[in-house]
Amino acid sequence: MTSRAPINWGRWFIYATLLLFLLVYLTPLYVMLTTSFKDIEEIRSGNLMALPDSPTLAAWVKAWSSACTGSECEGLAPFFWNSVNIVVPAVIISTIIGALNGYVLAKWRFRGSDLLFGALLFGCFIPFQVILLPMARLLATLGLANTVSGLVLVHVIYGLAFTTLFFRNFYVSVPDELVKAAQLDGAGFFSIFRHVFLPLSLPIFTVTLIWQFTQIWNDFLFGVVYSGSGTQPITVALNNLVNTSVGGKEYNVDMAAALIAALPTLLVYVVAGKYFIRGLTAGSVKG
Amino acid sequence: MNWLEKMLPKLVLAPTTVAMIVCMYGFMIWTGALSMTRSRMLPQWEFVGFDQYVRLFQNPRWEVALNNLWIFGFLFIAISLVLGLVLAILLDQKIRGEGFIRTVYLYPMAISFIVTGTAWKWIMNPGLGLEKLMRDFGFETFEFRWLVDQEMAIYTIVIAAVWQSSGFVMAMFLAGLRGVDDSLIKASQIDGASAWQAYWHVILPILRPVFFSAVMILAHIAIKSFDLVQALTAGGPGYASDLPANFMYTYAFNRAQMGVGAASAVIMLFGVLAILVPYLYSELRSQRK
Repeated sequence: MTSRAPINWGRWFIYATLLLFLLVYLTPLYVMLTTSFKDIEEIRSGNLMALPDSPTLAAWVKAWSSACTGSECEGLAPFFWNSVNIVVPAVIISTIIGALNGYVLAKWRFRGSDLLFGALLFGCFIPFQVILLPMARLLATLGLANTVSGLVLVHVIYGLAFTTLFFRNFYVSVPDELVKAAQLDGAGFFSIFRHVFLPLSLPIFTVTLIWQFTQIWNDFLFGVVYSGSGTQPITVALNNLVNTSVGGKEYNVDMAAALIAALPTLLVYVVAGKYFIRGLTAGSVKG
Repeated sequence: MNWLEKMLPKLVLAPTTVAMIVCMYGFMIWTGALSMTRSRMLPQWEFVGFDQYVRLFQNPRWEVALNNLWIFGFLFIAISLVLGLVLAILLDQKIRGEGFIRTVYLYPMAISFIVTGTAWKWIMNPGLGLEKLMRDFGFETFEFRWLVDQEMAIYTIVIAAVWQSSGFVMAMFLAGLRGVDDSLIKASQIDGASAWQAYWHVILPILRPVFFSAVMILAHIAIKSFDLVQALTAGGPGYASDLPANFMYTYAFNRAQMGVGAASAVIMLFGVLAILVPYLYSELRSQRK
């Protein structure tokens, strides 16, 4: 750690400011939690910051199993599982392909491979609006419109740029001598990957898996464009739930639903935040 | 066998290469071509030149969306940068519980913009949210109705977006600060500089690359912003808080105006390129040095 001369404007001021922002960042979560445990009467009569008088799980039960998300009223549960069914294969496939791509681009360069990497990198930046319309046509042609498999395909394709980038940048720092030595021992392309690179790769796999999981779970754009009734991911269902007001707005149910949608990624963040942050800053901060 | 072994790297990259050429560059060209046709419900390939772009820029809704993007983009980037930098500097003062504080500052980044939008929509609810809270505190005439105010709705999006992303900027600056060589600060202090001056004259210039990266990433988030608007205001009231991405979605998918939608997508692409190309250029130049 650093040994930096503290600024003179008082330690207490620093701590007070940091604490103030701690509260600023936590308040929405606090409001969501307390609101989700209140009943609608208490929401109407009380205020945002008040703790629930008689905490109830009713809003959570309703959000999970019977709230209306448009015309159907089955709660978020079916859409939660849709998201799981989209996320799991999409994350695994895009990570594995990304690992192999990164391995090639870092250690098996050929003429044009750097150009390919550059072209792929650009994919991290394009606004997806520019591919939305043709992709919809492609999915329709493949018979994958409004399906979970279609969404998996879309997430794999547009996740590859990032997963490849992550692995390539990680594998570049593995010394070439390791590859050469393994080649002298007669090891081939895949066996070098398995015996030399894979054992080193736990951190980068963790970073990539978490990054992809968070991205795909939180996706709304692809979800809203490429899913149909019954195949929507949870973000789309949450938005529908909040905007469906049959018989008055139920803010407690909205908040419980939002928390249900946020829980998986929050959990991953709490357990493995270090790797999440490393993913966020990969490529953006050097050194 | 040996031939196969030689071809393996290329074979491994082949599926990605095909997907990239078709689904990124091919689709970009497809959208570009589509924006030059009369397409509405379905693609039709009758060439009409830049007619759709003319229609796009004559559309008052697009004008509102672009205007909103300037307001939103400027405020979102400026506030996130200042907040992120200040918090990073404060956190870099050997703070007790730094790990915990950092974790809290960054957690909004892990959740979906739809969740963020839903939460802030409730907090800023005109009847029962912040307004009622302040009135309960005794400010009986307190009003906070930005969500339903045509003029102010775009600022609610700034608030929620800053809440979500400023912690990330903080993390970037903090990582940058940790990379600053301490001897530089010591040297400046021997020269009689105050802590303030040390930060202003010595450390900030070193953080310049981080600063540019952060601006780039934030600008990129701003241009692509879609979910947050959809969840927080749905572009409303009316279309007062639309951003270009919401415009594109509405015209391409809800209004069967494919040509206009494609044209707006192409403009968005050029917007991103306008930020990206100078950035990459300066990156490459500094690497060559």
